[in-house]
Amino acid sequence: MPIASSSARVAISLHGVTIVQQGKGVLPDMNTSPLARENAQSHAPATAGEAAAAVMPKMQTESLSIYYGNFRAVADVTLPVRDRKITAIIGPSGCGKSTLIRSLNRMNDLIAGAHAGGKVMLDGEDIYASGIDVVDIRRRVGMVFQRPNPFPKSIYDNVAFGVRLYGRIPKAELDDIVETSLRRSALWDEVKDKLKQSAMALSGGQQQRLCIARAIAVEPEVILMDEPCSALDPVATLKIEELMQELKQDYAIVIVTHNMQQAARVSDTTAMMMMRADRAGEMIEFDETQIIFTKPRDKRTEDYVSGRFG
Amino acid sequence: MVVTKPLSTKLPTPLVRRMFQHGDVPFKIIIVLATLFTLALVVGVGVMLWLFTSVTRMDLGFSFVTSKTWNPTGSQFGALPFVVGTLITSILALIISVPLGVGIAIFLAELCPARLRAPLGVMVELLAAVPSVVFGLWGIFVFVPTVVKPLGNFLKNAFGTSGDVIDLPLFHGPFYGFSYLAAGAILAVMVLPTIAAISRDVLLAVPGSQREGAFGIGCTRWEAIWQVVLPYGLSGILGAVILGLGRALGETMAVTMVIGNVAQLSGSLLSPGYTMASVIANEWGESSTPAYASALLEIGLLLFIMSVLLNLLARLLVWSVQRRNPQQHA
Ligand SMILES: Nc1ncnc2c1ncn2[C@@H]1O[C@H](COP(=O)(O)OP(=O)(O)O)[C@@H](O)[C@H]1O
Ligand SMILES: [Mg+2]
Repeated sequence: MPIASSSARVAISLHGVTIVQQGKGVLPDMNTSPLARENAQSHAPATAGEAAAAVMPKMQTESLSIYYGNFRAVADVTLPVRDRKITAIIGPSGCGKSTLIRSLNRMNDLIAGAHAGGKVMLDGEDIYASGIDVVDIRRRVGMVFQRPNPFPKSIYDNVAFGVRLYGRIPKAELDDIVETSLRRSALWDEVKDKLKQSAMALSGGQQQRLCIARAIAVEPEVILMDEPCSALDPVATLKIEELMQELKQDYAIVIVTHNMQQAARVSDTTAMMMMRADRAGEMIEFDETQIIFTKPRDKRTEDYVSGRFG
Repeated sequence: MVVTKPLSTKLPTPLVRRMFQHGDVPFKIIIVLATLFTLALVVGVGVMLWLFTSVTRMDLGFSFVTSKTWNPTGSQFGALPFVVGTLITSILALIISVPLGVGIAIFLAELCPARLRAPLGVMVELLAAVPSVVFGLWGIFVFVPTVVKPLGNFLKNAFGTSGDVIDLPLFHGPFYGFSYLAAGAILAVMVLPTIAAISRDVLLAVPGSQREGAFGIGCTRWEAIWQVVLPYGLSGILGAVILGLGRALGETMAVTMVIGNVAQLSGSLLSPGYTMASVIANEWGESSTPAYASALLEIGLLLFIMSVLLNLLARLLVWSVQRRNPQQHA
């Protein structure tokens, strides 16, 4: 059973509000939540530990392979995801980009027959290790999908949804969380007068920003985005890109994109993936985005980013 | 400059396409006619029942519905026992079958391995194909003696007359098996496949992106089902329940075979009773006087009105749910 029961929920701190749930489990490291980190940095001088943390990536896959049944869709990927940076994953269709990004919060567990080999470290802890609370991993590593998928509930209830999973909290505090999340996802001004209206009435771009608000309301540490703009028009796309620059102040972001310009514009580091002869996807190059797009080491990367391929 | 011919002259149009070139118009006419025909049928049945029941309607007026004595030989026609019987058995059937049916649907759509989904689903659907007289026979010889009787006796001892736990009038009186309880239970089995199969289809139609959204934010499977998948399919599940209710209200044969067919008013689920559909089927052949026939027809009229009203109410419910949670871009 890949999904842990709710009884495994523990006391967690969302936005400084401590919500206690019975059950046993591992307490998430409070210092890793973005707000807590902010506070820690503004109050305390940099320590040796922090210096080390700056070097250690927020997430890191180690020789990660992912299989659908017997088919190996992703082979031996070692990819660091740095905190407060945007990591882009690019490559032709079917090379395993979605499979890879979905392994970072174990969404692949939902597909029957899918399994992983290797490790995915989150703050130095393997999220595929036994005894890991998958539900908590998914809260810490949030996800935004290709097509906006708001729930058919009000705008308010969409944003509050994830927070409410952790128990009842006072209305005023929930209101605060909803407002903060909507502000951070650059949607507040457009929806503040219609929070009770159905989220389905929003435009596609607004829905996608709502999904981002819904994801950040539970204070994740990493945000995964699988082609978040592919269903959006250029103006909405630009809004999301600006938003990503805002969000990277607080989060590690991983984005899969088909759009080379987008990868070049928004990301700090880029992973280039390619399908091998056996149809398994491998990462052929990983570097600073600027290098990937100006002087890549691999000829295939050069062909791909310059549009001579796929 | 290159002159190209218009596309339409280049491609030959097949005969069938030509016939339906203005396809929308004949299609619309067919649809409108079919709709009108259905509507006329419903209104026609209502009017027919209304006209043929003038004898009892004139003589008895509203007391036909409120009187509880049914004694055709003494020309006493009170339909209350049947109305109550129909309501009790139908509601009982829903109380049993809705949680069970939705539970089966959740299991089939969300929990069971994909390999088992099809065979189990077919089994549920087969249950819906069993003729009701067969359910009746099965009820008489198997279900009532082995399930309903022990259950009724248990309820009676625990909650009934001088009950061990508490005293509920709902479980009073002598109990011989044939009862509201037996009829309600049989009905539950009969509407179960309807509710389960339709609810399953509704749940399977909930987009995977909704589940991904739920899991992606840290829902457990339980939370994803209860807080995302079920609310998304709520209006469809309500529709399934309404279809089940419709079947329970009108079901005749199986109910007649296990309810005991006693025209009495009882507050106990353990006593025998009668339903509207059953009394019409059982006594139509013996209705010797115009008043008797008219009384039976008027019971039919009441059943008809009840069904129509319930359907309208249900539509309203579904509509209000949909309005609160629109699933499409508004
Ligand atoms: N649910 C699945 N079951 C089996 N194979 C899958 C599944 N999802 C994706 N694949 C296969 O895995 C490979 C990588 O797919 P995907 O990660 O979606 O690629 P990308 O996102 O780069 O286009 C493809 O060959 C695809 O057919
Ligand atoms: Mg993809």
